[in-house]
Amino acid sequence: MADILTVQGLKAYYLMNYYGISREVRAVDDITMTVKHNEIYGIAGESSSGKTSFIKVLAAAIRPPLEVVAGSAVYDFGGQQVDPTTASPDVLKQIRWKHLSYIMQGSMSVLNPVRRIEKSFVDFAMEPLGLSGKAFWNRVRDHLAHLKLSPNVLRAYPHELSGGMRQRVTIGLATVCHPEFIIADEPTTALDVVVQKDVLALLRNIQQEIKSSVVFVTHDMAVHANIADRVGIIYAGRLVEEARTRDLFMSPRHPYTGHLVASLPRIGDTRQRPALEGRPPNLAEPPPGCRFHPRCPLAIDRCRSEVPPLVTVAEEHRAACWRSDEVRPVLDADLPRNRAEVS
Amino acid sequence: MFSVFRDLLRYNVEFLIGVVLVGFITIFACLSFFAPMEPAMVYVVPPDQPPSWQFWFGTNSRGQDMFWQLTDAFWNSLTFGLTVAVISRIISIVIGMMAGYLGGIFDRVFMFFADIFVAIPIFPILILFYFVLRSDLNSFNLALVMACFGWPYDARLIRTVALGLRHREFTRQAVFAGMSPVKIMFEEHLPYVMPIIFSTAMANMIWSIGLEVTLAVLGFTNITIPTVGTTLFWANNHSALIVGIWWWILIPVVLLVMMFIGLFLLAVSMNEYIDPRSRLRRMGA
Amino acid sequence: MTALLEVEHVYRRFPMGGILARDFTDAVVDAQFTLEKERPEIFTIIGESGSGKTTLARMILGLDVPTSGQIRYLGRPVPTSMWGRARHDFMARVQPVFQNPFEAFNPLKRVDRYLESTATAFRAPRSRAEIDRAMDEALVKVGLTLAEVKGRYPHELSGGQLQRCAIARALVCDPEVLIADEPVSMVDASLRMAIVNLLKSLRDDFGVHVIYITHDLATAYYISDRIIIMQKGRVVEMGPARLVLENPQHPYARLLKASVLSTENAGHGDLAPATDLIAASDEMLAKAVHSHMVEQPDGRFVRSNP
Repeated sequence: MADILTVQGLKAYYLMNYYGISREVRAVDDITMTVKHNEIYGIAGESSSGKTSFIKVLAAAIRPPLEVVAGSAVYDFGGQQVDPTTASPDVLKQIRWKHLSYIMQGSMSVLNPVRRIEKSFVDFAMEPLGLSGKAFWNRVRDHLAHLKLSPNVLRAYPHELSGGMRQRVTIGLATVCHPEFIIADEPTTALDVVVQKDVLALLRNIQQEIKSSVVFVTHDMAVHANIADRVGIIYAGRLVEEARTRDLFMSPRHPYTGHLVASLPRIGDTRQRPALEGRPPNLAEPPPGCRFHPRCPLAIDRCRSEVPPLVTVAEEHRAACWRSDEVRPVLDADLPRNRAEVS
Repeated sequence: MFSVFRDLLRYNVEFLIGVVLVGFITIFACLSFFAPMEPAMVYVVPPDQPPSWQFWFGTNSRGQDMFWQLTDAFWNSLTFGLTVAVISRIISIVIGMMAGYLGGIFDRVFMFFADIFVAIPIFPILILFYFVLRSDLNSFNLALVMACFGWPYDARLIRTVALGLRHREFTRQAVFAGMSPVKIMFEEHLPYVMPIIFSTAMANMIWSIGLEVTLAVLGFTNITIPTVGTTLFWANNHSALIVGIWWWILIPVVLLVMMFIGLFLLAVSMNEYIDPRSRLRRMGA
Repeated sequence: MTALLEVEHVYRRFPMGGILARDFTDAVVDAQFTLEKERPEIFTIIGESGSGKTTLARMILGLDVPTSGQIRYLGRPVPTSMWGRARHDFMARVQPVFQNPFEAFNPLKRVDRYLESTATAFRAPRSRAEIDRAMDEALVKVGLTLAEVKGRYPHELSGGQLQRCAIARALVCDPEVLIADEPVSMVDASLRMAIVNLLKSLRDDFGVHVIYITHDLATAYYISDRIIIMQKGRVVEMGPARLVLENPQHPYARLLKASVLSTENAGHGDLAPATDLIAASDEMLAKAVHSHMVEQPDGRFVRSNP
């Protein structure tokens, strides 16, 4: 199947100059990946790993000091090729909401707090849908009914809705035009567990129905395990591993992924969980070679000098590690028993 | 300190212009100490001479050399404005931060007084002081009175910032680290309040010097003290524009505008520099 | 056994709307538990947003006053005034750790400033060397050293390091109780377990009581001795952590457990909502006014309707 998004050697840096102190922060450093039609691609990474900058580029929200210095990201909307790094504002305006939409963490940033929800639908969806009056409202109501939302929410102000309800409305807004591509940036992070599950189910269902592709960004591996078809792990501005969700969790091939998977505590499992020492590198002066080497238990001399390329290690499985064969699925490793049992 | 100054000069055009303008006015004002005659003395030079090589800024109808007279006027106005700004800043910092951080009864009492001071019309009060004190109304007394009226708006502004800071997690951290309220207010919170203090100090100087000019032009200050205001009072008194002695009015006004613009640019550029966000960026956060 | 911290029939009610409005919202309803001095434990309070868990923590720290009921520390009511000797002594014994490590320290000040202040204020040091030793000891407990932290600004440290510094800061005065409000929810995944393991080692190696407040059932299961689960201000289930979380009985507790996203079946996520549990827990909540806690044979307490 053809790919809807092809990212090729993308580099996006923050170039800053304050009173003579100039800094170059390599937030996105040479990322190459593709997103297929009708899949949910999860992106995982910790804070200041560059995942937000990457999403900014994909969403065509590139503003100084962030600059794309190399590479490209090309969408293929039914033959129309759009590169958000170079496209003109007119082209971007034309694809927004119709082909490319967003679900953000704070739904308040999309929903205007002083306007009723229906106004937001008019603002965002009326033009791309090309409908007006009754036809438009019928379409919106049908869509909300699909999401099991009462049409009454249209009359409400954002603050009158609960956080979960607002996020559901945002999903409704992002999907009403049946866009081919949706960027979801931590859409459930601020929600409580019960509501989170509900919102994830809603997003998954609507995605399967309208057959969009979704890039789903969150730092929460448990969310990826349940919603993503494929997951890419970003560490210090680089894509270090990418695989089908199951493969990634069952047989990680990068030590960082291995750690992320192993450190997830589970109810019913009292084994001691390992902690990763050290800290994520400063992107203004990243370590040479593999950026994970200062924290890596498998690091060898080669890791300190040579950057490991992202290579295919199994079917649909890429990893950037010189010793990817030796990475164990740590989950099954013999971890010491937890010392403190309930007395 | 020196490197801060150097960085600002090198990378901030506003600061450079501000330094040039304010520096020029300050040097000009300092020249008053080298004046060949008492600036208050009258009929020491031929009156009504236009600007020339001999009298750079001309002479006025009272027989004063405008150049030396204005150096003294600007010295007095500048110190007056600074005195008002410094005193009222101190009042507004103390009251604003205590009201914002301590809250409760402090907040209610202080803000009650602030509202009263906002409500009292300052102009009649100043005129009242003029009638009561008469010749005792020197620059410092006037500055004190005006400082008492110059703090309430800014105290409210500082209170708002302090109120926001009170609920930040680092403030609670400081409380549980055993820091006293005074230490928290003046060490933890003051850096966040500094930008406000700088920009309001500027606005406050413009306000106080402007008000002094207004009072003086109307004759409600001690007109024997040379200031920018009293200079204009005498010019008006002698109908300077009507008799064509334009330099008596134009030169002080131009210098005054230069001073205001210079102070404004300084405040703006320093503000940007000491703003916590900009500071953090320079620190590399 | 001596009671260290007693929370007795604590209620907290907030007025809604203006001063004249008569509506109230009950943030905490009849909370009750006791920590024993001789038995250091990790006592976990689980709840979603709006469950009252943070309000309860604030009351224990003396930052908020119960509407009724009492919180006692070593038999004396928790002092709530900002000033005074009693408050100072209380702070030397009960210390907090906050949620957001990036907000925990003033970004314009050096991190060691807070450790130093804690040492000076609560340990009555006689010399500079004594202050440094107190700081270093606390930092070593959390896996750092004074040399690593001295002179550093918050932006120079990672979230995990900052959170460890915040814990070290609390440990400088050798407190008996540490109240950690969502200490890992803002910490990156790769650093999270370091913090959680650290809380465990504080209990095991240094005998510190930890009140761990969280919405995350998995880490609660991993480190807690006892837990209480709160729903809209009410404790619905309380007891030994493993017992309660492995087999919760109250519908809301069961709903929470059912909503935890599992990673066992990665890639084939089951996101179907537990509709029956949602209905059951809503029903319990609607009738909660006359409910009370009932002790079960296995030692836990479950809220049940009459």
